[in-house]
Amino acid sequence: MLVGGASTSILVVFLIFLFLGKEAIPFIEEPGLGSLFETRWIPVTFKQQAFGVLPLFTGSLVVTVLATILLLPFGVFGAIYIAEIGSSVERSFLKPFIEVLAGIPSVVIGFFGLVVLSPALKYVFNLNTGLTAITGAILLALMAIPTVISISEDAIRSVPAAYKEASLALGAGKLQTIFRIIVPAALPGIIAAIMLGMGRVIGETMAVLMVTGNAAKITFNPFDSVRTMTATIAAEMGEVAFGSQHYQALFWVGLILLVITFGLNIVAQKVLRKYQIR
Amino acid sequence: MKEKLQLLTALMLTMSLFFACSKGKNDGDGSTYLTIKGSDTMVHLASSWAETFMDEHKGADISVTGGGSGTGIAALLNGTTDICIASRSIKQKEIELAGSKGIEPIELATARDGIAVVVNPQNPVDVLTIEQIGKIYIGAYTNWKQLGGPDKEIVVLSRESSSGTYVFFQKRVMSKKDYTRDAMLMPSTSAIVQSISQDKWAIGYIGLGYAFEAKDKVKMLQVKENVEAPAVIPSVATVQSGEYAIARPLHFYTNGTPSGSVKSFIDFVLSEEGQKIVLETGYVPVN
Repeated sequence: MLVGGASTSILVVFLIFLFLGKEAIPFIEEPGLGSLFETRWIPVTFKQQAFGVLPLFTGSLVVTVLATILLLPFGVFGAIYIAEIGSSVERSFLKPFIEVLAGIPSVVIGFFGLVVLSPALKYVFNLNTGLTAITGAILLALMAIPTVISISEDAIRSVPAAYKEASLALGAGKLQTIFRIIVPAALPGIIAAIMLGMGRVIGETMAVLMVTGNAAKITFNPFDSVRTMTATIAAEMGEVAFGSQHYQALFWVGLILLVITFGLNIVAQKVLRKYQIR
Repeated sequence: MKEKLQLLTALMLTMSLFFACSKGKNDGDGSTYLTIKGSDTMVHLASSWAETFMDEHKGADISVTGGGSGTGIAALLNGTTDICIASRSIKQKEIELAGSKGIEPIELATARDGIAVVVNPQNPVDVLTIEQIGKIYIGAYTNWKQLGGPDKEIVVLSRESSSGTYVFFQKRVMSKKDYTRDAMLMPSTSAIVQSISQDKWAIGYIGLGYAFEAKDKVKMLQVKENVEAPAVIPSVATVQSGEYAIARPLHFYTNGTPSGSVKSFIDFVLSEEGQKIVLETGYVPVN
């Protein structure tokens, strides 16, 4: 029974791959896989449909990269502070709030983004509209910060105390010890934390659907509107004709997304395991 | 909304199971069984009518399903629905097909649906022609100065491509051309209202009912059918009279002149109470 419980998730992942693939396969014959590499995504039209995933892919890419850049300082410095510098009183205060942040439903964060963040960004950067890639990236960074802080903090804490004591005994200052000894020793764990955070960012749907504007165009400008892969699936799956090319194309988008997050998770696990052996 | 529909469908399914034995339109004990099928735009309206009608007529049992106007008309021709709801007129081809099957579709306008084109209240532009609006949405016009406004870029807002309004707007206003790639697809009407109230140079389209509710947040544009035509502000009166150009009739189609329970439902729909429901659900009554 225990084995069964443990292996259920493996079975579920396998079945998800299987059924996504099953729905997506007819697309290979008509209109062919090549059409996924077109530059336009026009599923509803009176003319020629186009199912180019590229604009959606770049949309997800821009949002994810931006969110990761924002995530880095907050996640890593936050973890260092909580693990090494902050007093135990501060820690007992900070930790619960970070966990609360992790528990806020994404639709609520999205609403906050739509009503508060997007007008603020529009005003600060003097934009035409606040519905941009950067708006989505900030919200996603907010959502992923708790993941990154918790796992990085664990990594920092599990650096053997002897390293720290040796460093201090040799006359290194506190900050020197943190940045020259502890952080390098905990680096694999921190990298894994960031990758898991990225996995959360790529897969997040509701908040980006609400604030990124969802214009399917290829752009790398953070202040432009983008349409992510997840938002596309969420917005279009509900009304699509069952079994149509559009339906199959959405399953391809899902498959691509799954492969990306799967890959990120595997790499993160590898890095984590390497770190545990040390 | 979608969950509500699913719930409704599930409810209808269970009910149809229960009443499977009383299939006939009029049963011995006076109960009525009616099916309505067709346009997704009209599903909400039709279920509101059905709910009120069922409250008032104990024993009445009406099932409402969507699927699109085409699906509804096909069902009428196959004799699998009593009433077809359609947000477009029946095509010549479909009338011919009906003739060959011995079915005589009768059209009845039950409500009208108007789409308001809205901008920020601070936007000085008040009047646009259909052609100008179309050119904004296909990306031919990108700056308000091309339309007599200030030198500001136009922020184009649209509904998601899954919305029936997206397709109707494309057909009626954009001469079936594709939306510009810069068009931002908003997940809901309220998101469009929210953005327009904040983005001074945005333009969007929303159902008339929502536009009335959001009067203080957005400005409805007056629309001209063509350059010579008069500018028409969207209102219940102008949509009713057909003067306002971006509107469509919402039809019922029945097989032959309605009689029996179909007729009593239609009488209810056209009654003052039925037409009040039309207004409440955000559409425009026919009379």
